[in-house]
Amino acid sequence: MNRFAELLDRLAYEPGRNNKLRLIVAYLRDTPDPDRGHALAALTGALSFKHAKPGLIRDLIMDRTDPVLFALSYDYVGDLSETVALMWPKAVAHRGEPLRGHPSPPPSPARGEGAEFRAQLSPRTKATAVGLTVPSPLAGEGQGEGYPAGGANDDRHPSGLHNNPPPPTLSEVVSTLRTLGKAELPKQLARWLDELDETGRWALLKLVTGAMRIGISARLAKTAAAALGDKDPHEIELIWPGLAPPYPDLFAWLEGRGDKPVNRDSAPFRPVMLAHAIEDSDFANLDPQDFIAEWKWDGIRVQAVSGRDEHGRIQARLYSRTGEDITGSFPDLVPSLRLPGAIDGELLVLREGRVQTFNVLQQRLNRKTVSPKLINEFPIHLRAYDLLGDDESDLRELPFAERRARLEKFIARLDNPRIDLSPMVTFDNWEALTAARADPAGAGAGEDADAVEGVMLKRRDATYLPGRPRGQWWKWKRDPHIIDAVLMYAQRGHGKRSSYYSDYTFGVWTDSEGGEQLVPVGKAYFGFTDEELLQIDRFVRRNTTEKFGPVRHVVHEPDQGLVLEVAFEGLQRSPRHKSGVAMRFPRISRLRWDKPPREADRLETLERMLKDVNAN
Amino acid sequence: MTAKHRSATTYIGAMRPHDILMPDPAGLACRQGRFHIDPVRPVERAVITHGHSDHARPGHGAVLATRETLDMMRLRYGENFAGSTQAIRYGEEIRLGDVTIKFHPAGHVLGSAQVAVTCKDTCIVASGDYKDAADPTCTPFEVVPCDVFITEATFGLPVFRHGDAADEVGKLLASVALFPERAHLVGAYSLGKAQRVIALLRAAGYDAPVYLHGAMEKITHYYGSRGIALGVLHPVKGMKKADLAGTITLAPPSATSDVWTRRFPDPVTAFASGWMRVRARARQRGVELPLVISDHADWDGLTATIEATGAGEVWVTHGQEDALVHWCKARGLAARPLDLVGYGDEEEHEVITAGEAEA
Repeated sequence: MNRFAELLDRLAYEPGRNNKLRLIVAYLRDTPDPDRGHALAALTGALSFKHAKPGLIRDLIMDRTDPVLFALSYDYVGDLSETVALMWPKAVAHRGEPLRGHPSPPPSPARGEGAEFRAQLSPRTKATAVGLTVPSPLAGEGQGEGYPAGGANDDRHPSGLHNNPPPPTLSEVVSTLRTLGKAELPKQLARWLDELDETGRWALLKLVTGAMRIGISARLAKTAAAALGDKDPHEIELIWPGLAPPYPDLFAWLEGRGDKPVNRDSAPFRPVMLAHAIEDSDFANLDPQDFIAEWKWDGIRVQAVSGRDEHGRIQARLYSRTGEDITGSFPDLVPSLRLPGAIDGELLVLREGRVQTFNVLQQRLNRKTVSPKLINEFPIHLRAYDLLGDDESDLRELPFAERRARLEKFIARLDNPRIDLSPMVTFDNWEALTAARADPAGAGAGEDADAVEGVMLKRRDATYLPGRPRGQWWKWKRDPHIIDAVLMYAQRGHGKRSSYYSDYTFGVWTDSEGGEQLVPVGKAYFGFTDEELLQIDRFVRRNTTEKFGPVRHVVHEPDQGLVLEVAFEGLQRSPRHKSGVAMRFPRISRLRWDKPPREADRLETLERMLKDVNAN
Repeated sequence: MTAKHRSATTYIGAMRPHDILMPDPAGLACRQGRFHIDPVRPVERAVITHGHSDHARPGHGAVLATRETLDMMRLRYGENFAGSTQAIRYGEEIRLGDVTIKFHPAGHVLGSAQVAVTCKDTCIVASGDYKDAADPTCTPFEVVPCDVFITEATFGLPVFRHGDAADEVGKLLASVALFPERAHLVGAYSLGKAQRVIALLRAAGYDAPVYLHGAMEKITHYYGSRGIALGVLHPVKGMKKADLAGTITLAPPSATSDVWTRRFPDPVTAFASGWMRVRARARQRGVELPLVISDHADWDGLTATIEATGAGEVWVTHGQEDALVHWCKARGLAARPLDLVGYGDEEEHEVITAGEAEA
């Protein structure tokens, strides 16, 4: 458990993806089964047990510490699990050992004794008692000679630890938690907390309260596992649904000690095919006749898979494009997936037959519980792009044109109002497609045009390949919204960028009581080139008016300051922002050194964009 | 309590502790002896516990301190940092007016001392900054029995437990092994912490050269001149970026998030400090590898030391006074916060002078 805790601890601080990967791979390589398997389960969110409530943790610490000291500590640390992990008293077995850090020369009085000893002395001789303290062996010789070798007198960690039971392994914790009754939990937790070190306690408490946020995705953990055996992460994704913690067969295969586990899952995930963004220059080399075009819907790309289990019953699952099982969030779609097959499509919210914007869909996402009210207000819909499997047959080796034909039949067979076909966009040449992309409403998308993010171009002969194969699929997004905003605050980045001011808060003008004023409308930390980053960094350092911790207040006056061209995908009302609006996917598209801040955009411009969006 | 500790009432008829030492605007003042301990503004006579800049300031008339502390002041402020100086050794006693002063090792940094001030029957120990943990770069802390113990409270909350510094250096070395193509940049206060980290690296068997930020060179070489073996040390200045892969560099904490770091290949930013125990503090500073290595006593160290001194009265200064005062009172000890201003957390405030910044 302590080793796993160390990994979590390190991952929590490491900003770089590749470095996180290295840390996980090293852990998986060095840790024996079954601990590493349980760790992989914890990292991929595959562990399941009943979580402990924070109240229980609080009761545990209250029984063991002074309430005033706990309150002061909690106030300082700000996180319950961490406070408890840090101030948990040392186990009883530690006591009775000499006061740590006091290798005290013999006369140095231990508690009590010294006072009694001194009490017996007459006032006159007490000064001598002070003098009795044996000075350090070096005293009187000046310093500099005869330093003890490093750690030689370090008795802070007496080997007396052998009195304690060894700390629990991750496997012990996981298997105990799975079977433990609620009444026994406090006692068991206390025992583990006694046995673990600070980091171990912290990780344990995060684990049992279900609050393990370590900033890595399930995909990253699986990629690390794949790296262990020099395999493609897609291979793991393929077999993953059939695996269960602690994955002994998976590790055996990765380490070349066993066969590749077979995915017996009746509704497995298939690695997703992705598109490249098309550039204007690409069109010259492409023949319109080779391509099929369709709308790119602004929803969530999913894979809806149905299969028959061993009893012949239909089992349906919904996967995100990274292979995460998100079926639980969309129970309203499951009954519609009644035919065995695998659809590649887009999740959308439909109201009265009309596709809603991503902003609406977003309100259905990341909810802990999916209430009937939520389901009613945000009816979910699947718009199909592609068919990867039809009953028992795998269609991925077929050309796209053939798969599309199979898809049309499949959707017709399904005949379900919640699932429909994404229409094709007809075009004879690139000019026609350009026109369609510029005006989806007039080119077939009709009233759903606002949910169109652009067009997709797919080669008629493209087989379904995992990843982002070159030249097969292209995405051609509509032009983003653009505004000119003024840089207001800059903050240092993380990792490689920790010495650069790379996170920017920008604002637009608005009328206020005090006259014209900039109001922050968003934050962006990418979109610029490395060279531009250097330029902005230099500008920030030279034009800082105030510093608040890691944040710099950068000059932003009508005649002084930096105008940033900000591109974004959408706009939404937000009571959390002072400006009342929030941008989706904002990034710096250009530096407008040429433009004085007074000519930057105004809040009214954004409000108008917002109205346009909502009016449609 | 009566058997164990002398309560305040015992002093009737004798000297009361605050007649001996008392805070005034310049610091902790002793009227009988006509001196201040670690004064924050220029005074006639200063007794200085250790060389950190918030305790050892220039411009006093006469300064009494250990030889090392005097040397460090000279290194920082130049030859004329005081009107006159007098060196005192650990265990040595000096009479100043009606009081006797005696220096004892504080285990904080090289030359750091606790000052025992005795007047008639009453002994007060001003411990300055101290730690009871092992440190190969300075003389170990020594418990001094006394009536009144003046303790720091930098880490005066039960959440601060520093553990074994060797384990933390183990973490650093494990990271160097895992990321041999990256540079490891360790933020450490230049007086004391940096040398302790280097000594711990050596004790762990790391014998490659350790690189130094310019602001660390003088003081680190001073440690060397006092016989503390720190192995091969190189200035980082002038090194090629690629050659710093797989190396360890010590730098003042403020330098580890500055443009200075751009000379390192994909640096891992570590920070050696007791504050690293608390995640929010580490994150706030953008630290990727927090190392819990402190030159101050942790909570267990503070409380164990207070008990071991047998003092019946405890004055608590600079840091988290509330918790420690509460702890003392709960044990029947007279305790109060001592309102001294101007002492801080040296790590948060270390300023690199212009000349050193680009080193």
